[in-house]
Amino acid sequence: MAENMSVVINVNGAGREVSVEPRKTLADAIREDLGLTGTHLGCEHGVCGACTILLDGEVVRSCLMLAVQADGAEITTIEGIADGDALHPMQSAFSEYHGLQCGFCTPGMILAGIDVVSRNPDPSPQEIREEMGGNICRCTGYQKIVESVQAAAAVMSAEGGSA
Amino acid sequence: MKPAVFDYSAPESIGEALDLLAEHGSGAKVLAGGQSLVPMLNFRLARPAHLIDVNGVGSLSYISANGALRIGAMTRLTALGESGDVAGAHPVIPAAVAQIGHRAIRNRGTIGGSLAHNDPAAELPAVLMALDAEVTARSADGERVIGMQDLIEDRLFDTTLDDTELLTEIRIPAAAGSSFGFREFARRHGDFALAGVAAVITTDGSTITQAALGAFGGTHATRLPTAEAALVGAEAGDAAFAAAGAGAAADFPATSDVHGTAEYRSHLINVLTVRALKDAAGQAGGGNG
Ligand SMILES: Cc1cc2nc3c(=O)[nH]c(=O)nc-3n(C[C@H](O)[C@H](O)[C@H](O)COP(=O)(O)OP(=O)(O)OC[C@H]3O[C@@H](n4cnc5c(N)ncnc54)[C@H](O)[C@@H]3O)c2cc1C
Ligand code: FES
Ligand code: FES
Repeated sequence: MAENMSVVINVNGAGREVSVEPRKTLADAIREDLGLTGTHLGCEHGVCGACTILLDGEVVRSCLMLAVQADGAEITTIEGIADGDALHPMQSAFSEYHGLQCGFCTPGMILAGIDVVSRNPDPSPQEIREEMGGNICRCTGYQKIVESVQAAAAVMSAEGGSA
Repeated sequence: MKPAVFDYSAPESIGEALDLLAEHGSGAKVLAGGQSLVPMLNFRLARPAHLIDVNGVGSLSYISANGALRIGAMTRLTALGESGDVAGAHPVIPAAVAQIGHRAIRNRGTIGGSLAHNDPAAELPAVLMALDAEVTARSADGERVIGMQDLIEDRLFDTTLDDTELLTEIRIPAAAGSSFGFREFARRHGDFALAGVAAVITTDGSTITQAALGAFGGTHATRLPTAEAALVGAEAGDAAFAAAGAGAAADFPATSDVHGTAEYRSHLINVLTVRALKDAAGQAGGGNG
């Protein structure tokens, strides 16, 4: 076994330190060491998007990074986007517009949706489909996901950006 | 589905990285964006004893547009696709980058990693071949400049880089006055393409004076010499483009797999070449056909 390394990550606004083997993926460290199991693992090779998080504000696949690479970085997981008990507009929209069924893809969908809207405040259904093509859902057939992201975009731009 | 054990180093300078490569040689792997390597580690298709993570080498990440375009190997695909300097010099590059994977992949993936990985369906090796790019490879013993053709040869998932070499820079000569077309066919936006082509042409009036075509989605990235020969000296128009399409199909190293037969891919490259050339000719005429 390679020696463990100490890694300091700002996770959803709070500094956390974990000790991990270099071969541990960031996704596994988030789930196992940080105890944040909202980040899901579908494929572990970059194709499903379930493990999507924000790294220094940008969407990335947490299954395709090593935890040691996140030393000193800021990450946002699905647990970090609500404001206390007040859901993020993207979360509310997924709930209201039935953007999920089993919920497995949902954390990744929501973070990818927030990223799309942050770059394009008024995305068309086609743009949402292209931008979120890297996030796979086996349940919904995508229609309701697209409607959720559009609805959230309207709320988010009315609120003046992210929330 | 979890990587095997490896030792990990995160050098902060090119020199340090080269020393580590010299020390560990074929047992080591460079980790760039990780968007191809980490899946291979997770599947244990790659089991390097040592991983040299160059994400902390800031001097490998830059875009410089004085004269030839110079791009550091660790430049992320998102930065490459959004650079005004790159779009100004070679608009075919952002057109191609937009088709690579998804935003999350492009935020981490790098130009150097894309070339070194050399997936036969990857966009950039073929595009940079069409642009006559060259790369700098450095090792502890020195450095050499390698043309794209010589870097790729007929290889797939491999290049002519040595185990101890680090790809550091990509250089692309200016192509003032040229116009481009870029077309690919993928089953879903962001998927690896079944076939695709980048065409860069220069015209004098209506006569084509230069043509460079790079194709991907076959057994390896390649130029399309028969198609290029059909274009140079010809009148830009349907007849020349049809001849180039047929030439492209003859040149293209098509292969069959679960996504499509070789025959289908040859047909695709023919049609895509004609469309890419029409796009390029439309631009040359000032319009956007
Ligand atoms: C879901 C998904 C979809 C994708 N779709 C596409 C697509 O449509 N088109 C496409 O082209 N690509 C696609 N990719 C691959 C992506 O573009 C990768 O980023 C790229 O192939 C490799 O770049 P990287 O920086 O991530 O390299 P890494 O994964 O870090 O490395 C890849 C290989 O290159 C070597 N290497 C990296 N940098 C250097 C260097 N500077 N010097 C020497 N060796 C080096 C590594 O040792 C390794 O062997 C996709 C990936 C995923 C996960
Ligand atoms: S688990 Fe990371 S993309 Fe599927
Ligand atoms: S809701 Fe079940 S996978 Fe998307």
